Order: sequence, then C-alpha cells, then structure tokens
Amino acid sequence: MGQTKDSGSEERPKWDNKAQYLLTCIGFAVGLGNVWRFPYLCQIYGGGAFLIPYLIALVFEGLPLLYLELAIGQRLRMGSIGVWNSITPLLGGLGIASSIVSFLISIFYNTILAWVLWYFFHSFQNPLPWSQCPLNDNLTGYNVECEKSTPVNYFWYRETLNITPDIETSGSLQWWMVICLASSWCVVYICFIKGIESMGKAVYVTATFPYLVLTIFLIRAIFLPGATDGLVYLFTPDWETLKNPQVWLDAATQIFFSLSVAFGGLIAFSSYNAERNNCERDALLVGIINSATSLYASISIFCILGFKATTGYNACLKENIMFLTNYFSDQNITVENYKQWFDHLNETFPDKVFSLNLRECDLQTFLDQSASGTGLAFIVFTEAVIEMPASQVWAILFFVMLFSLGLSSMFGNIEGVLTLINDLKFVPRWIPNELVTAILCLISFLVALIFTLGSGNYWVEVFNSYVGSVPLLIIAFFEIIAVIYIRGMKTFSEDIYFMTGRRPNIFWKACWMVISPVMLLVVLVAYVIIQAQTHPTYHTWNPDYERNPQTQVKPYPDWVFAIILLLCVVPVISIPLVAFYKLICRVRNPSATAVFRLTHRNRSSKDMESYNATMTLT
Amino acid sequence: MINLSSEIAYDSVWTGLNILQSAIISAQLRFLLSLLLSVEMLEKIILLLCCSCAVAQHLCTPDASDGYKVRLSIKTALEGQAYEWNENEMFLFRATLAFAMRNHIREQKFEVSNIIVCNETPRVSFWFVVTSPESTSVLIGKEDVEEAVRKSRNRINSAFLLTDKTLEFIGILPTLAAPVDPDTPPWLIVFGVVMGIVGAGIILLLVSSVVQKKRKNEMTDDEENCEETRVKTVENGSVGEGVYNMSFSDDERFTQM
Repeated sequence: MGQTKDSGSEERPKWDNKAQYLLTCIGFAVGLGNVWRFPYLCQIYGGGAFLIPYLIALVFEGLPLLYLELAIGQRLRMGSIGVWNSITPLLGGLGIASSIVSFLISIFYNTILAWVLWYFFHSFQNPLPWSQCPLNDNLTGYNVECEKSTPVNYFWYRETLNITPDIETSGSLQWWMVICLASSWCVVYICFIKGIESMGKAVYVTATFPYLVLTIFLIRAIFLPGATDGLVYLFTPDWETLKNPQVWLDAATQIFFSLSVAFGGLIAFSSYNAERNNCERDALLVGIINSATSLYASISIFCILGFKATTGYNACLKENIMFLTNYFSDQNITVENYKQWFDHLNETFPDKVFSLNLRECDLQTFLDQSASGTGLAFIVFTEAVIEMPASQVWAILFFVMLFSLGLSSMFGNIEGVLTLINDLKFVPRWIPNELVTAILCLISFLVALIFTLGSGNYWVEVFNSYVGSVPLLIIAFFEIIAVIYIRGMKTFSEDIYFMTGRRPNIFWKACWMVISPVMLLVVLVAYVIIQAQTHPTYHTWNPDYERNPQTQVKPYPDWVFAIILLLCVVPVISIPLVAFYKLICRVRNPSATAVFRLTHRNRSSKDMESYNATMTLT
Repeated sequence: MINLSSEIAYDSVWTGLNILQSAIISAQLRFLLSLLLSVEMLEKIILLLCCSCAVAQHLCTPDASDGYKVRLSIKTALEGQAYEWNENEMFLFRATLAFAMRNHIREQKFEVSNIIVCNETPRVSFWFVVTSPESTSVLIGKEDVEEAVRKSRNRINSAFLLTDKTLEFIGILPTLAAPVDPDTPPWLIVFGVVMGIVGAGIILLLVSSVVQKKRKNEMTDDEENCEETRVKTVENGSVGEGVYNMSFSDDERFTQM
C-alpha cells in the first residue's frame, strides 16, 4: 500500500495472466463466421484451391493489420479513442467510427445469439420439435405450410421467426423472441459486470468450449456413413476457380472480417497488457489459431453435411423403390441394385415408369446443397442432427458451442463501445461501472427489439451485409495510414523495439508500408463496385410463392436502400467530421495546439528516457 | 369335383335301378327312394356349400366394393431382421383382423374363416373382405371394416412389427397421433432455469461488488485515520516511536506478572 495515486487517473485494469489476454483475443477473432462462413466459401470456391487465396490474404493482409493494432494499443495504453487522438487529433474520429460500428454490430449479433438460445431451449424435448410437422387445426392432417416445405424449414421460418413475406411488412413483436433476446443480453451483462475481471474469467470457458465440442463432433462425424463423401467434396481442389477475381475478393474479405480488426476491441484488450509484452508473437498466434480453427471446423461440418447428403440420397432412393414395387408388384429392389432394376424396367415399360414421376436421385445434387450463415446452422445442421442417434445431445452441444463462439466475439464488441464511454468520459465518476454497463445493455436491448419483429431476419441480413463490411475496410485503411505514415514508421519501429526488444523485420515493414494498404484499397474499391453494380436484392420466405420452399428473391425497396446507405456512411462520417472540427479549432487558436504539441513531444521523449534508464539498469 | 361326385351318385342310382330291376320292387324301391333322397340332400348340401364357396370366393375380388387392399413393406421396415411372408403370417393377419372386427362389433364373434383373402402377390400385397359370422354370403360394410381397423390399428401394426407407413390399408388413412400438449411448453422451463441462474448471478455479483466497495471505503477511512495519527505524532515532535505499538505494551504486562 502507500502508492501515490495520480489525481484524476485511475489504475488501468490489467489481465490476471497472459492466458486470459490470449484467450480473449482468440475468442474475439474466432466467431460464428469461422463455423458457418468459411466452410461455405471453401465449398463453393473449389475446396482445397480456396485455401491458396485465403492463406495469401492471411499472410499479407490479416497478420500485419492484427500486429499493428495489438502493438499500437499496447504501446499507447489507451482505448481506441485515446490511441488515435494521441497519434493525431485530426484522426480522432477513427475511434468514434470503430465504436459506432461495434455498437451496430453488437445489436444484431446478439439477436443471432438469441436465436441460438431459442434452439438450445428447444433441444431438451423428445422428439425434437423440428423433426415433425405439427397437425393442422382440425387434426385431420399436417399443417399445410409445413407439408409444402420441410419440418425444419417450417420450424425456423414460422415457429422461430414468424417471418413476414417481405421486409416492408413489419409484423409485430414476437414475445418469445423478446424474452430470448432479453436472456442473451443478461448473459452478456453478467459476463461483463466487472469489466475485464469477470470477462477474463468467463473467457476461460467461452473460448475453449467450442474446441472441445468441435473435437467431439469430429470424432462422431468421422464414423457416420457418407462422412468421407463430404470431406472429399470439400477438399477436392478445382484450380479453375483461382482465375475468378471474385474468389480473391472473398478470401480477402473473409480474412479481414474473421480477424475482427478495426473494431477497436483488440486495441482496448492489448492496452490492458504489461508494457513489455511480445505482441508480435501474440499477433501471429491469434491469426494462425483463427485460420486453423476455420479449417478444423470445416472438417467437422463437412463430415456431417456428407452424412446428411447420403441420408437424403438413400431416402430418395427408397421412395422411388417404394413407388416401383407398388406399381410393378415386384420384389427385391434394394438400394444396391436399384440402378439395374430401374434400367431394366425403364427399357421394358418406359411409359409406365415415366408416369410414376420418379424423382431424380443424385448424390452430387444433395452434396451441392450448400448453405452458409443462419441457413447452415438452423436448417441444414438441425436436419442432419435429427438423423443422428441421440439427437438431443448433439443439438444441445452444437447450440452451446455456437453460443459460446458468439459470446466471446460479443465481448470484443462491447469492449469497443465501452472504451468510447470511458475514454471520452461521458459519464461522471461517481456512477459505478456496473451501472454504465447495465445501461449500455439495456439501450442495446431496446434498439435490438427491431430484430424481434416479423421482418427481423431481413433486417439482420441488412445489418450483416452492410454495416460489417465497407465501414470496417475504410477504418482499417485509415488505421494503417495513421500509424505508419502519420506517426511514422521510424517511431513505430522504436515503439516495437521498446516493447519486444527487436525492431520489425523487412517483411513487416514492406507489408505495412505498401502491401497491406494497397490490398485494402483494392478490396475496398472492388467491393464497392461489385455492390453498386446490381440493385441489392434479398431472399424472402413467402408461403404463397409457387416455388415454395425455395425463397423468393425481391429487390430492396427504396427506403430500405436509403437506410443501407445511412448504415454505411454514418459510422465513417465521424472521421472527416472530427478532422474538420479539429482543423477549425487549430485555425482558431494556434497557440493552444502548439502547447499540446509540446507536451505531446515531451511525453514521448520522457518515455524514451525512462526506457534508456531501465536498459542501463538491466 | 363336386359336379363329378353328383354325377357318380346319379350313375350309381341308375345302375342300381338297372341291376335291381328284377328285385323285390317295394323294398328295393323304398331303399332306392331313400337313397335318392339322401343323395339329393347330399347334393343340395354339396351344391349349397360349393355355391357359398363360389360366392365367397366371388366376394373377394380386387376392387371389391367392400374390400380393402393391404400392402406390407417388411423389408423396408425391418431391413436385416425381415421375416419371410408365408401361410402362417397370413394366418396371423387374418386372426388379428378377426380380433379387430370382434373389438369393433362386440355382439358378433368373428372367426378366422370370416376373413377372406385373395390376389396375393409376392410383393406382399393382397385384398381382403370380411364376411359376417352369421351368414357367410353377407359382407361387412366398408365403413365398419374401416372403423375396426382404425380402432385397433396399433395392435395390428405391432403384431407385425410394422408401422402405419409399412403396413398400409389402401383407403384407410392412418390416424394421426394426437399431439401431446403439455401445460407448460418444455422450452419455457429450460428458459426459466437459465434465467434464474443468470439473474441470481447478477444479483450476487452486484451485491458482492457493493460490499467490497463499502469495505474498501472503510479501510481507506481507517488508513486515513492512521495517517492522521502518524502525522500528528510526528508533528507533536515526540521522541518516542511515532506509532503506538500494542505488542510491546502487552509484553510489559506479562513480564510484570
């Protein structure tokens, strides 16, 4: 005791140990996208061949950006607002932009977690509610909407979302969704109640549990029939896809969004570190573990999808066999000799066979049924789980895994928002942190009630596609410019020398100065051009659509388009706004800015003096 | 065969008459008359029997108005453990159907013979009709048979280890299981448990942090008080130790004792 406390500055929170910090960063980076976006991309872009653009993007774009954020946060020991303010006040808007993006993403991300919770609550029943159609009102048959599609589709679109036919029909608040949303925000609050003290302990579970479940699934799935078909399908490289620029673009964006850079959360996390921490090794660890997790998850997922395709194929064959045996009163058509029997019957009685309207059964078609995002988790995977013995156990494990994956990513998002509040000192000192977090969770919950309307799923898609894409690319681009060109490569190298004892080697320098900014710019421009080329459309679930259960594609109405533009622009508008404001201030009173510059320079030189002193002592 | 036996009967009568033409007329005639009568009775009975059989066989045809087609898909249902379909299995089927009819129409005692089966195929499908136990030429109506099968469908299915889908009565829709509707949906129970734990955790953590803050405030108050006393003693300029050391005073007491 007896420490002299600076008047006005609190002790910065600290990690209990290095493992907590690493697990938090890994948990933030590893999220739902690793499980349901990466396997989908692998599948549609020619399996093993996709790994090449993916790894190139990781090495030249992902790792440098990650290293940069961790280093700058650890060095300047401030949240994202303070960091950019101290580099140059003109770019103070970067921190605000990061926090706004974090807030917008956290509100729809937690809605997805609410859906996961809903499915988790329903996994404790036998039989699983999505395995059979409910009866219709007068108990004479099955529900019509369910019969036209599948029970799994019906459970997702009708009983979970109660979805409206398009985004313009808002429907009403679904009370069951509201209480699931409330419970997921309560879980987030309880993990964040004491800041990183409680979050650091929660992360021991949320970051490690998904790996355990993925391993269990892998061991189970490998022994399912058809698992090898799925794996072969996933990893068979199709080198032709490398010629398609869309593949490279998707690889770059996947890496970028997967590593969760530019949210401000990583900067905040590394600012709680000790000053002399080897952030280079941390960045490499986090980046590589993130990509390895994506690969590991895709193996499990594709074993199960292969199993699902085989089961579907066998069911299709059995249906055809039933038709044939009923019609021809013949015997002994089995799954194995179906082909010979079918050919024989087709030759002898072609018109009769034709009149039966047999469905074409092809394993490849079943394997081609790809899905990503919520479609993978809530439709495809739940259908596969029904076929596995002891389905409740697998369903529960799967949904708990999804929940912990999403929860650990939520921590980073919430941290990004909280640093805004703490650094800008929006709230007076006497309000305790717990209350601030509670108010933040409450406000987010109230805003997220939009997503519990009938059209909520469509809004989640809007947010997912537009908030989490262009603004992040812009923020990341400005981050690199700010650190490397405004702070200066030399100063930054000195920072890293101070922290790790080594200057960054030529690879990092080349990436930071040239390769990564260029890649980011190219990705940003290409992304915007591709989005702007077509009027954006979305998939709707319309029971009256004639090709139900296929989703109907509709264009976004104009007012939704306006909202999309707003979502892209509002986060990044703060960058030029703050720059403009600070310029005007500087023009108004140049003396004040000079004083600021002097103290700023003094502070950085004082750091160097203290560093030199410690070096001579050791 | 039945026609043949009546022919033989006629032949024997005529030859008897021819052979016994010169025999004692009255006794032989009487004997012959009685023979004729019995043969005729026999004939009638035989004719009746064959008629009824023909009628019964005639009753069971594919697309009969009161008959039902049955389809069994044993291999689909049981795969490796599928049993052979033979006469005994058919007997079991007829017996279970008789049981179902008995359950439905309690007054009449249906026997296995009342269930008539025809048009059997190796795919295992056949037609059946049900005759009334009172008169074998009367068929039980379609609706009654349907009701009977519906009521005992479960028992019929389990006799053959099959389900509604694999033991099909063409034309009789499977009864849909009434949905089990618990009072509280099970998901609400799980939700309640999870929210209870989370809520309890929140309250616990909030209370513990409030208590911690209070203790910290008290401790900092105590420290401030200690600091003040320390400062005071230094300021007073006393030569002795600044802090009153309780342990020494205790020792003094003991040594005095």
